[in-house]
Amino acid sequence: MARRAASVSAMDVAGELPQVAERGPSWDGRLTVLILFLPPALLLFTLFVVLPIGEAAWYSAFNWNGFGRPTNWIGFDNYRFVLETRAFWLALRNNGLIIAVSLAIQLPLALTLALMLAERFRGAVALRMLFFMPYILAEIATGLIFSFVYDGDYGLVASIWRSFGAEPPHLLASTDTAMLAVLIVVVWKYFGFHMMLFIAALQGLDKSLIEAARIDGATRSQALRHVVIPLLYPTIRLSVFFAIVGSLQLFDLVMPLTRGGPADSSNTLVSFLYNNGISRMRVGYGSAIGVILFTICVTFAFTYKRWFMRDE
Amino acid sequence: MTRLLGKLGLAAAACLLWANSAAADTTVKWLHIEANPAQVKIWEEVARAYEASHPGTKIEMQFLENEAYKAKLPTILQSKDRPNIIYSWAGGVLKTQIEAGVLDDITDQVKGYSDSLTPAALAAFTANGRVYGLPTALSQVGFLCNKELMAKAKVDPAGIKSWDDLLAAVKTLKAAGVTPIVVGGADKWPLHFYWTHLAVRVGGKPAFDAALRGENGGFAGETFQKSGELFKQLVDLQPFQNGFLGFKNPQAVGYFGDGKAAMTLAISTVYHLQRALAADKVGLSEDKICWFDFPVVAGGKGAPTDTLGGITGWLITKGSPKEAVDFLKYFVSRDVQTRLAAGNFIIPVVQGADAGLNNAFMKLIAANLAKSNYHQNFYDQSLGPSVGRVVNDVTAEIAGGSMSPQDAAKAIEAAWKQGN
Repeated sequence: MARRAASVSAMDVAGELPQVAERGPSWDGRLTVLILFLPPALLLFTLFVVLPIGEAAWYSAFNWNGFGRPTNWIGFDNYRFVLETRAFWLALRNNGLIIAVSLAIQLPLALTLALMLAERFRGAVALRMLFFMPYILAEIATGLIFSFVYDGDYGLVASIWRSFGAEPPHLLASTDTAMLAVLIVVVWKYFGFHMMLFIAALQGLDKSLIEAARIDGATRSQALRHVVIPLLYPTIRLSVFFAIVGSLQLFDLVMPLTRGGPADSSNTLVSFLYNNGISRMRVGYGSAIGVILFTICVTFAFTYKRWFMRDE
Repeated sequence: MTRLLGKLGLAAAACLLWANSAAADTTVKWLHIEANPAQVKIWEEVARAYEASHPGTKIEMQFLENEAYKAKLPTILQSKDRPNIIYSWAGGVLKTQIEAGVLDDITDQVKGYSDSLTPAALAAFTANGRVYGLPTALSQVGFLCNKELMAKAKVDPAGIKSWDDLLAAVKTLKAAGVTPIVVGGADKWPLHFYWTHLAVRVGGKPAFDAALRGENGGFAGETFQKSGELFKQLVDLQPFQNGFLGFKNPQAVGYFGDGKAAMTLAISTVYHLQRALAADKVGLSEDKICWFDFPVVAGGKGAPTDTLGGITGWLITKGSPKEAVDFLKYFVSRDVQTRLAAGNFIIPVVQGADAGLNNAFMKLIAANLAKSNYHQNFYDQSLGPSVGRVVNDVTAEIAGGSMSPQDAAKAIEAAWKQGN
């Protein structure tokens, strides 16, 4: 649901088609186009986006296990229960951590690599593919692969530890390290995607601007700081948007790795929703979590577009 | 366009034909979660045999994985295309389904036949005197142990009678450099066996029934606090394998099958399951495995013969054809149950089918269950999904040291009040 919203926003973000400078069609013509083309899109959007969201909001006011029709109206109690659950705040904190790591580590890493690999040299394309590979892997598969990597008895991490003669840790089994282990996988999996965005943007830059700066006596790093990076701002803003919305929706990596455990220490909002709403048949409670998550996503998307992407 | 119309015409014709044939044939849709191919093979054979002797009836088997099944069940039951026969662990989930009116009452159809079933097992599928499903198998939770590792540490499994004996055995095993117990802590429910079996020993049936009625402090009462405290005594000895909170159950069963831990508290079916999940697919041979019942607690009100375990069976969904019940009676018949018992897949529930048991271990479990006057269904099933999962959560938290036994008992009571 939120993913769809993200893709819709991404369409807007990508910018509208440039207005072709010609005498536009008459108003009548436009109206005909509207009458012909709007209903199907509107119908689909209502059916698959608006209604489910409305339904979730409606269910969230009931104590309901998913059988029959909801009858036990409890108003805002589900929201109160969610806010009183310690695990909810842990999940919110974890989503915050994922966003922080995405912005502070993943994006700079992606940008640095993009600047190196955007040049044409032997092996650049191979390296790009190599870094992009993790993004192609399915999330579930990635989670499973890393649960073997982190395995404290047979995993890669364990053998590295043993080569130093230390007792290997079980990273996924401790409340102190489980989330850290998840964060490492998140960075590993998604940095390649952002790197590709940056490479695409770099290749589309107007080279003459950089050349002009160099002729005016700017050093490489000055040209980078004052010309290249500012030219990349639109892409960076887009990348940040994807990173944050993606972080809020993270679920399928967490489940095979830790199922949100131990003791809820690595839940994200969506895995918290699954563990507490769906698997417990508390549909009302789960819907309340869903509505909270949706509100967070929508508020962020609109605020972000309004403040940071006004020009696009 | 004409091609499309042609196709539509064909489809319509096909629908008509299908409708005609459907009128002649009845299809019974049977949804199961059995992952053991050897057992499914026998089921297939049984279904085909039934079809052969009942022309006009088709048995269609559908499979869903355990967790996916639990998550999808409410939706499945309310779809027009729902299966006719579904799997059940009885308990609170069954109660919810009965209240929601998504099941058929089959009392009249199984009259007479139901006398052949173990009364306790049938009772699990009965509510207010009406029968809503048929049981198919029983299981017992207890300690499986590795004879070689126990001998290495000079621990005699037959000598572990009381909780204190178990604690002493854990200490001795640790001193001998053996991992005492393996458990799949990431799945949480393998940990809840400890706390709930302790509750069965400490309070017996009266305590559980009183808690359900909300008496003596409900699940926050003395019995359940004490169970948490005793469990904490064990946890404090650090008896589990390293990283136990990261192990999923199949991994833990495999670990036992690989001979890396002396004991595991498990469902009796693990006796055979450990082979399939061991790294070498061979696991421990029967002469290397020992078993002892869950130890008793000093001053506990429960009888030593009381058991904790599963009672599983099949339900008939609302509006199913009468053939569904007929097939189910055929499936839970003495012949089929004897066959499944002979393959060591189940502890049967049809009287006389235990004659098929040909394995000393399975016979022992069957005898234990026959002796038991109080067979407590798994809490996480019996209390229903919303409270049951909380029980799993808090036992995992006690095991991880992030919650006190008192808070754990209070959390379960709070969930129980919220859910009822």
